[in-house]
Amino acid sequence: MLLINCPLCGPRDELEFRCGGESHVSRPGPAETVSDTDWSAYLFARSNPKGVHYERWVHAFGCRRWFNVARHTVTHRIEAIYAMHERPPVAFDGSDGL
Amino acid sequence: MAKLDYSGWRVVREGLRSQSGWGEAWRNPEPRAAYDAIIVGGGGHGLATAYYLAKTHGMRNVAVLEKGWLGGGNTGRNTTVIRSNYYYRESAALYDMSLKLYEGLARELNYNVMFSQRGMITLAHSRHDLEAAARWVKAMRINGVDTVMVDTKEIARRVPILDMSPEARFPVMGGFLQKRAGTARHDAVAWGYARAADALGVDIIQQCEVTGFRRATDGTIAGVDTSRGPIAARSVALAVAGHSTTLAEMAGFRLPVTSYALQAFVTEPLKPVLDTVVLSLATGVYLSQSDKGGLVIGGALDLYPSYAQRGNMPMARNVLGAVAQQFPRLGRVRLLRQWAGIVDVVQDSSPILGATPIPNLLINCGWGTGGFKAIPAGGTLLAHHMATGAPHPLAAPFSLARFSTGALIDEAAASGIAH
Ligand SMILES: Cc1cc2nc3c(=O)[nH]c(=O)nc-3n(C[C@H](O)[C@H](O)[C@H](O)COP(=O)(O)OP(=O)(O)OC[C@H]3O[C@@H](n4cnc5c(N)ncnc54)[C@H](O)[C@@H]3O)c2cc1C
Ligand SMILES: [Zn+2]
Repeated sequence: MLLINCPLCGPRDELEFRCGGESHVSRPGPAETVSDTDWSAYLFARSNPKGVHYERWVHAFGCRRWFNVARHTVTHRIEAIYAMHERPPVAFDGSDGL
Repeated sequence: MAKLDYSGWRVVREGLRSQSGWGEAWRNPEPRAAYDAIIVGGGGHGLATAYYLAKTHGMRNVAVLEKGWLGGGNTGRNTTVIRSNYYYRESAALYDMSLKLYEGLARELNYNVMFSQRGMITLAHSRHDLEAAARWVKAMRINGVDTVMVDTKEIARRVPILDMSPEARFPVMGGFLQKRAGTARHDAVAWGYARAADALGVDIIQQCEVTGFRRATDGTIAGVDTSRGPIAARSVALAVAGHSTTLAEMAGFRLPVTSYALQAFVTEPLKPVLDTVVLSLATGVYLSQSDKGGLVIGGALDLYPSYAQRGNMPMARNVLGAVAQQFPRLGRVRLLRQWAGIVDVVQDSSPILGATPIPNLLINCGWGTGGFKAIPAGGTLLAHHMATGAPHPLAAPFSLARFSTGALIDEAAASGIAH
């Protein structure tokens, strides 16, 4: 069970949150220059590391704010919580930094 | 090694000799320096691929490399449901081929995989569920998959432990039934294929983790690096389920796959109370009773990406809470075990079969929460591609290329399938 520290509301049970998948996926463009392969990579290819994953979460049953979480996918340990517009912090354990 | 036979006569004889005459079911060879084909992953799909390569295509210089033990991945962790009630033509053809192969598998492998066609009922809990069910049934029938709608009377008769009262938390309004669906013994499927492949000369090498890939100067695959040294190969296939992205990354390409934990539960043994598989559309919970008497329970995926092979408490609570609500008589039954596997979920909920961006490196992955039922088909199709160099017509629609052509096979939207 995760205890997630919502930047607005403080520590809450994971049941109040939803995970929105990998963060920092940026849309390629301008649209008319993007190949099918690049568009496909943007839509579908995901990092899915066995290690620290940079992902976005929403406090669905609270303030409804989105934020970023750096979470280890084996231990589930939350390494950092940071704002949507912030760059990810550097890798935590040598595995799978961005 | 003499081929072990499992005839009725042999079973009786061993019974009289304190089971002392059984030999090993497969060899434990040292890896050779080179193979014609290497399959990474000793789960059901990898072992079946090796078997069909040897059996159907006559390739004998083949190895299966498994980092742990055979069937130690999802194949030995699943809830053993086999069915072919999918929506799209492509999926119906694939999963029904598999179901038909399961029907003859014990005989083909001379190994009792305990395939029991006890049927599967999917429950509708609202008018909308019911309308969706009717649409699915019609699509399946057009695709040649025998499914029928069932009314509440029939459901009450077939699933007496289900709360069908109008006051039920999840009232039942009807459902549909696939009679040929059922369950099989999951370990036996892995072991049966392993034994049969070994007998045809395939080297099954356990405790051998693939740690990298070797490429020829023209970029084609040339072999693998392993925890037991490098091994050369003309063609390599990946069948590593939840670890597909990790291996793809080693090889230098990306996949549309996310790994999630999926949990399962088994109760203490009970007298026979359920002789079909039953799934609820409202809660996603499904259960069946094993031959030992335990109720085997599954539900939805955990809610965020994970490689933690144990599962999370909140989802366990959801699944078991739903069982207690829908089957009140089971509310006080004790659990014997809980566990999880790491499944490879694709955004269109369909598997990925065939070529990768690296020549002669093929992949079988993305079965998500539902690939046990597909083992005989997955093995047949991957073996076909490895041996002939071209995809089998049934596998072609499931290529990785569909993500750039846009020809997705979106079973989650179409048939409400979770994976
Ligand atoms: C709880 C649960 C319930 C399920 N219920 C059902 C069900 O009822 N019906 C159904 O059809 N499906 C079900 N599934 C899904 C099904 O189990 C899988 O889709 C199927 O087993 C996948 O088989 P596989 O051979 O591809 O993978 P696996 O059986 O996972 O085998 C992959 C193997 O690859 C090995 N491996 C990984 N990395 C490496 C490496 N680097 N080197 C060497 N080896 C490696 C692993 O150790 C593993 O043994 C369920 C899954 C789970 C977890
Ligand atoms: Zn909040």
